[in-house]
Amino acid sequence: MNEQKSKVGLDFAKVRHAKAISKKIADEVQTFVEQYTTVSVERTIARLLGIDGIDENEIPMPNIIVDQLVDAGVLGEGIMFFLGNAIIETKCSPQEIAENISKGDLDITKLKINSIEKIKSALLPYIETSIKKIDNRKNRRKDYIKTIGEGPKPYLYVIVATGNIYEDVIQAQACARQGADIIAVIRTTGQSLLDYVPYGATTEGFGGTMATQENFRIMRKALDEVGEEVGRYIRLCNYCSGLCMPEIAAMGALEGLDVMLNDALYGILFRDINMKRTMIDQYFSRIINGYADVIINTGEDNYLTTADAFDEAHTVLASDCINEQLALMAGLPEEQMGLGHAFEMTPGLTNGFLYELGQAEMIREFFPKATPKYMPPTKFMTGNIFKGHVQDALFNMIGIWTHQGIQLLGMPTEAIHTPFMSDRFLSIENARYIFNNMKNIGDEVTFKEGGLVQKRVATVVDNAITLLEDLEEEGLFVALSKGKFADVKRPIDGGKGLNGVVLRGNNYFNSYIELLKGKG
Amino acid sequence: MSGGLYSMEGRDFDKSLDLKKIKPYGDTMNDGKIQLSFTLPVPCGPEAVEAAKQLLLKLGFEKPSVVFYKELTTEFTFVNCYAECTKTVDYTSIHVPKVESDVMDMEECDDYIKEHIGRKIITIGASTGTDAHTVGIDAIMNMKGYAGHYGLERYKMLDALNMGSQVTNEEFIAKAIEVKADALLVSQTVTQKDVHIKNLLELVELLEAEGLRDKVILVCGGPRITHELAKELGYDAGFGMNSYANDVASYIAQELDKRLNG
Repeated sequence: MNEQKSKVGLDFAKVRHAKAISKKIADEVQTFVEQYTTVSVERTIARLLGIDGIDENEIPMPNIIVDQLVDAGVLGEGIMFFLGNAIIETKCSPQEIAENISKGDLDITKLKINSIEKIKSALLPYIETSIKKIDNRKNRRKDYIKTIGEGPKPYLYVIVATGNIYEDVIQAQACARQGADIIAVIRTTGQSLLDYVPYGATTEGFGGTMATQENFRIMRKALDEVGEEVGRYIRLCNYCSGLCMPEIAAMGALEGLDVMLNDALYGILFRDINMKRTMIDQYFSRIINGYADVIINTGEDNYLTTADAFDEAHTVLASDCINEQLALMAGLPEEQMGLGHAFEMTPGLTNGFLYELGQAEMIREFFPKATPKYMPPTKFMTGNIFKGHVQDALFNMIGIWTHQGIQLLGMPTEAIHTPFMSDRFLSIENARYIFNNMKNIGDEVTFKEGGLVQKRVATVVDNAITLLEDLEEEGLFVALSKGKFADVKRPIDGGKGLNGVVLRGNNYFNSYIELLKGKG
Repeated sequence: MSGGLYSMEGRDFDKSLDLKKIKPYGDTMNDGKIQLSFTLPVPCGPEAVEAAKQLLLKLGFEKPSVVFYKELTTEFTFVNCYAECTKTVDYTSIHVPKVESDVMDMEECDDYIKEHIGRKIITIGASTGTDAHTVGIDAIMNMKGYAGHYGLERYKMLDALNMGSQVTNEEFIAKAIEVKADALLVSQTVTQKDVHIKNLLELVELLEAEGLRDKVILVCGGPRITHELAKELGYDAGFGMNSYANDVASYIAQELDKRLNG
């Protein structure tokens, strides 16, 4: 049974071809990535080794210790090398070492250097502690799913975004009681461009709430409580993107997050983050997410908010193919791939529903083991909340029809404000009604041979392959600089965060790559 | 029950339209019908329904009726209501400031610029401050445009640069100086706690400090922006909902003509 049967006339030889080219594109990126490290990758290692907290100026300890290496021009040798050595020389823990650096009492780049073997063994207990913490989180999730269960797919995904973590808790628990399976806490506007992770519980934010480890902890606890109450494990989602991508992955792994937005392409195109920086960051973040059983979400849906959803549908498929290969290279299992796509065609398009339906089925069949994330209409949500509710209903029909993995629920008040409690109620009610009322429609209805739907899918696949072949020739970085995705052009050495990228030196090692990659 | 098809209730109000005293229209002139929905932070039950009704009475409505109520979570009740409005508005005395220019389509704009300005108009746009949303500026500037209206990048007589999102006011001004921009377009999509107002004001202040304010046409846009608000903040024009690229281009072309050629 190696060949699945396609409902939409998908040519599986073409699917294999598309994936083979995508692998070549990803290989080239990977060759680049493996030569470098970044300030955020090194801060992530510091966090995993137990360094946390802030100084009196609210500068996080991981930044303080990594900045010492940056200032000495030795970041390329890596934090593990200097920290492991400092453990031997000072007999202090990583946290104590960071605090001593912060007080100005210690320079770990100036100590006597021990052998690599001794350095590695000095780090071992701290590495083991961190992995054990992550393992405990994984086991806790597995236990919950075994004992109290989980909602059926598509998981209902809703967003809370009050700015205040304690208010978010009230909203999130309400969502869970109404039937939501995944709660995403939107980040405050602009956090993706901060080159540090803020600390502690936060109650102020614009358009969202700060992603901090303490906020993760508070929300995880609240969702566990409400999950036990409603008899369903409630997943927590945050944003492992922007300049602190791998640090947030580590924080999420330590605090039991279940889903993470995690897509370098999104950051490059829509946040103007430097492509080299974020590709290197993404690799380590996906290794962590892969190990921690975290489902990643990719952001292809966003392409269709700037470019036309009908004309550019193939860019979504092509990007999903590349994202799949990049994720595989980081050892992330297919089941944890929440590849993004969206219902964004203009509502005025004749037969738009059929095209959307065909494309959604195509994504499902292209990535049969994945947990695709289906995004609701946003671009043509106008403030007419009544029509918007109908647009969301059509979107929900396709979600259940094509068995999507994650259904990010549209809100009737999209484009007006961050959702009210009642907006989420109406959206969840909408989805639950349709998911139940049309539960098995996908098993009952087939598509006409050579009809509108099948033809549409064939066109999108052919266009995606042409684009992938083009990308293979140019390389992903050059293609991005030419605006092949989302009509957005980004220069290879432009954008934010490039100064945090360095070539790995001769002493560089990151034990976590070996210990976590593909071991989930 | 409230009014509607099966209502036997007399309709003893004046059913003629008086623009000096307008009120909402349900299915009969001057019936004042309004629909509302909101959430009260109280347990779901008859007391919640009564609270909603009393609130509507206090707001000056008559005959409030709660047609649907449901618990959202413990201690929160959602209600859908209908009521009759007693207040009226004098429509004849309303004055809303609008952008004073004739709206032309893309080709007409290009022709107008060729004839009146005789060179390309240099226009830069950005979603400034922390706002990460490019939807607005993209709809106005990107080649493709929005809802059938091509964006400014497609205009032959505009040199249009879209700087994208999260552009600081300082970067924005530096670019304006660099390219000798005639017109600056600022988009603000998402706002919370009026952060967009502060950001828009800051740009005006910085431009004034640089001595540039009078040398450029300064325009802002976004779903929460009105022309009136824009003027108050020190902008030349503001474009709100349902504005398209050609509205903006028409205004810029005519305003620049006015400034250059009197």
